[in-house]
Parts: sequence; C-alpha cells; structure tokens
Amino acid sequence: MAFIDLQKDLPGIRGPMAFRPETAKPLNELAEVLLHDDNNTLSRGEREMIGAYVSSQNDCFYCQNVHGALAQHYFQCDIPFIDAIKKDYQSAPISDKLKALLAIAGSVQKGGKYVTPEQVEHARTFGATDREIHDTVLIAAAFCMFNRYVDGLNTRAPQDRQLYVDRAKIRAEEGYADLNVYK
Amino acid sequence: MPHIDVDRNLPGIRALMAFRPETAAPMGELANVLLRDDEGLSMAERELIAAHVSYLNDCFYCHQSHGAIACEYLDGNKDLVEQVKKDYNSAPVSDKLKALLSIAGSVQKGGKYVTPEQVERAKTLGASDRDVHDTVLIAAVFCMFNRYVDGLAATTPTDLSTYPPRAKQVATNGYGAHIFSAKQTVV
Repeated sequence: MAFIDLQKDLPGIRGPMAFRPETAKPLNELAEVLLHDDNNTLSRGEREMIGAYVSSQNDCFYCQNVHGALAQHYFQCDIPFIDAIKKDYQSAPISDKLKALLAIAGSVQKGGKYVTPEQVEHARTFGATDREIHDTVLIAAAFCMFNRYVDGLNTRAPQDRQLYVDRAKIRAEEGYADLNVYK
Repeated sequence: MPHIDVDRNLPGIRALMAFRPETAAPMGELANVLLRDDEGLSMAERELIAAHVSYLNDCFYCHQSHGAIACEYLDGNKDLVEQVKKDYNSAPVSDKLKALLSIAGSVQKGGKYVTPEQVERAKTLGASDRDVHDTVLIAAVFCMFNRYVDGLAATTPTDLSTYPPRAKQVATNGYGAHIFSAKQTVV
C-alpha cells in the first residue's frame, strides 16, 4: 500500500501525479522533451530503452515495464528482446553507439562521478554527439528520480506485463506533455 | 573539464541548462514548485533536504549551492546548515524535520529503502501526506540534479565565497531564467 493517501487507486507514478498536479506538470514536460520530442537525433526507441535500462538497474518494476513497453513499441520487437537488452546489452543485437550510451547511462545510475572520459570518448567514436551524450546523461539521471519517486512512496505496480505493452501505443501517440493520469 | 562543450563561464548546472534550454525550462519550474513553497515545509526546510541529499551524493556544486540558499533563509546560520548536511540528528532542528531527513536519506540510496516505520514516525511527529510526498520528490529530484551535474563533469567553483551572492539571487527571485545570465565567477 502506498505510504500516503493517494486518494485514487492509480498505478505507479500516476498516483502521486494525481496527488500533486503542480509537480506533475514539469515532470511530464521534462519526459516529453527527453523521450517523445522528435527534435532529437536519438530515436524515441533508443531514448525509451535508456530509460528502461536505468529503471531495471534501479529495480523499479513499474518504470522498466512502462518504458520497456514503449521501446518495444518503437523497435517493433517482443518482450524477450527488451529483456535481453536490460540483462546484457553488450550481447544484444543493437548498435555499438547505443551500447556505448547505455554504458554511460549505467554509470550515471550508480552516481554521476562514475562516468569516465573514456566512456564518453568511446561513444564519440561511434558517432555520438555532445547533445546525444547530454540527453543520455539526463535521461539516466531523470529515471534515477522517477524510479525513486515511484518506489519511495511505495506505489502500486500491476504485475501483468502485457498491460504495459497494451498501453504503450497510446502513450507513443499522445506523448507525455498533456498526460491525463486518470486515463 | 566538462564531458561536453558547454559555456565555461557558467558554473555547475547553469552551463548544462544553457546548453539545452528545452530541458532546462521544466527543471527550473520543478525546482520552483518544490523549493519555493512554504506550505507544510518551509523553504529553508526544503533547501536543507536538498543540501543533505546532495551531500550524500557527494555533489559539491549542489550541496554548496543549496546549502547557501538554506543559509539565506536561516539568517546566515551556516553552522546549522553544515550540521544538517553532515549529521542532522545532532542538529538543533525539529524532530519532524529529522524524521523527514531520514526518509530523504533512504530515497538517496534507492526508493525501496524507505520503510513504513520511517513514514509512520514522520507522521507521528506531525508530517502530512503532502510533506512526505514533497520530501520524497525533493530527494528524488536531487538524485537527478546531482547526477546531471557530475555525470557531465560540470565545472564546479571551489571558491566558497562565490556561492552566497548567487544564493541571494535565488532567495530573492526564485529559480528562473536569471540563472543563465547572472554572473558567478568560475574559479
């Protein structure tokens, strides 16, 4: 049970977002720019995958399934493919550039100072730009926030993973900016 | 040296925010809503939670910046701010704030470290649901800001005299567009 009275029985982050709409607004606007905005040279799938990977490293069931399902939607793949990336991205059939960015994201998850100049250089050799490195670090950092928000208030996470897959399409279409937490 | 090419004349998170204004806008708004609010928790208490979490994350820029802002709200009581950062249990602050700082410390480790007992204790000492919510989110938000600043190796002024003038500006004007323009020497 959630640690505070969230009034409505909404799953995951939607509970605290309904509880405090004033903070929900900038949180969703940040998610929109980082994950959904098409003015970005990283694909939506790559950005959602970084979010899902960091959430899995933080052991946040709700976030890794929401954002894993979105990555799955954009990659046109299945759950095992996403799970394989989360478990061992180095062996997964994804680009070297995304692998290098996931390494940076994994360091950010442990703490900002774990990111090394070598990791950044490595990502650059595969074509990563300053802005892509910036966005990777900020997406990873933002999920270290979202994951703690969701689990720190002990919110409810539906256990049926297919539910997340079913919801991903609508989120992909609507984005995060005007997210209606009650829908 | 920062990992990416940002304005060297801007310290800490301000250089990163100038690099990418599209993400800076919602982050600035989030800081304003969470930290510039006196309902339940005072602005000083909110900044103390931020400074404590940033200290635990070993983010020098953030714990100096938010410690200095807390100091502005606390009539310049720097000793109190330093004590809360390092050992709040022995600091002369309310039991309610101590209970909330304990929750914030758990959030810093990870969301699942927060226990029902910690929350119950805070509520017994008068914390409302909104106070608990804001404490968890402030702690979580600083786990983001700290990683953003250090993850990109943003420039951190080591001259401690540069923080109070900036803190005064935030105490007066809040978190907003002025953070890109106001001068702070990068030493």
